Amino acid sequence: MSAPPLDITGLTVRYGERPALTGVNWTAAPGLTAILGPNGAGKSTLLKAALGLIPADEGQVRFFGLPLEQARPRLAYLPQRASVDWDFPASALDVVAMARLPRTRWFGRLPRAEREAARAALAAVGMADFADRQIGRLSGGQQQRVFLARALAQEADLFLMDEPLAAVDVVTEQTILAVLHGLVRAGKSVLMVHHDLSLVQAHFDQVLILAGRVVASGPVAEAFTEPAIARAFGGLPGRTPTEAAA
Amino acid sequence: MIGHNTLVVLLGCAALGVAAGVVGSFALLRGRALLADAIGHAALPGVVLAAMVVALLGGQSRELAPLLLGAAVTGVLGLLALRRLTASGRIRPDAAIAVVLSSFYALGTVGLSIAQTLPGVAQAGLSSFILGQAATLTESDALLAGSLALGCVAVTAALFQPLRALCFDESFARAQGLPVRALDLTLLGLLLAVCVAGLPAVGLILVVALLVVPAASARLLAARLPGMLALAALFGALAGAGGALVSTRFASIPTGAAVVLGGLVIFSGALGLSRLRRA
Repeated sequence: MSAPPLDITGLTVRYGERPALTGVNWTAAPGLTAILGPNGAGKSTLLKAALGLIPADEGQVRFFGLPLEQARPRLAYLPQRASVDWDFPASALDVVAMARLPRTRWFGRLPRAEREAARAALAAVGMADFADRQIGRLSGGQQQRVFLARALAQEADLFLMDEPLAAVDVVTEQTILAVLHGLVRAGKSVLMVHHDLSLVQAHFDQVLILAGRVVASGPVAEAFTEPAIARAFGGLPGRTPTEAAA
Repeated sequence: MIGHNTLVVLLGCAALGVAAGVVGSFALLRGRALLADAIGHAALPGVVLAAMVVALLGGQSRELAPLLLGAAVTGVLGLLALRRLTASGRIRPDAAIAVVLSSFYALGTVGLSIAQTLPGVAQAGLSSFILGQAATLTESDALLAGSLALGCVAVTAALFQPLRALCFDESFARAQGLPVRALDLTLLGLLLAVCVAGLPAVGLILVVALLVVPAASARLLAARLPGMLALAALFGALAGAGGALVSTRFASIPTGAAVVLGGLVIFSGALGLSRLRRA
């Protein structure tokens, strides 16, 4: 059996004195995984620490059995949409083309083949007609699709996505879910921080439920249970799978 | 008629404006533009110290290169002090910049008053470093500043792709494995070089404006970064050369002030134009 897309051992992350994640042991299975949990559960922190974007106090992370530096070309990252300034002077194509930077020389114009790859990624999320538009003049959902296109253009085997479905329109949600299922069919894996429990049963293969530590993990049928949700979310009314799915 | 020396000075100031526009654009997009202010002020003690050392060694204290070297050295010290102050996270960057720029500037002013009592230093015209005096530049001064500035433009142009990626989305750039630290250091080095090159002409107090105003004006008008860089370079060149021209005609007006006022006219125009377009 080949190495799992992501294997985390004993991961602890603190922001100053405050622990964000404590002793996380988790092995991601191939397919589409939702990372669930209440605000402050450490969902984004898990992705960022795994990618070395924030320092981990303890723990080890391996992608496909390899340390981060060696696995990097096989990884794609989709940060939260709100983490960048969308007034930045760039077109949608400019942003997506940034994904091709590690593949090319830095100097001069991006080669035509790389620009075409970026265009293809935009087309894959239904944004081909907006390639030359300044990103600030796109809707929130369109911006989110540009971010997804940029991740696609990385041509990775594992995609780490931070809330790509947060506050998007229906068309964007459908487009993104279709793209994700396409990736999984093509043998890729997706780990996605997610907040809408109603979509989990219909669309995801696996879940990781966090609340500062691992509450539950595994196939949706086994791990996405009412007790686990209640423990993670503190038994908030209206957040159980049955009610959410209703 | 414009004399040969004036022409060279104007071209030097235009080159400086081009560099400030280009480097300033990236500094602005990276949220680092105010560092130029800290560097400019931190440079003063270095200029004074260099003038004293040159005079003590019996050298010609009018020579520009050692003064700029001194400026670069204390400029770097100022940046290191900033980094030290903000490292713990307990002092905010704006407070740290205020502390560093004012203390270095105070140190420089004290040094200046001492230096001007020393024989051989008084003639150096060190105080023109504060507000800038392009009219006093020699041809070789202008060539030095101009070529330093154009070097900065070349480096920035070569690193256009990775710098743009860094300025837009640092965490994505990091996740991709781009050398974020090295790129940030390079940008800082470029900022330092433009500041130092701009000191004699524009002066340390207003050099930040030459870096920020053309870039901010260009940002209002351009939808993509190449366009923003081209506009910022044009605006910088116009402000730089225009300011220098005014101050060579009216010797009582410091170049720095003329450059900034010129830049302000451009900025107002850009602001008006961008409002019209949105309306």
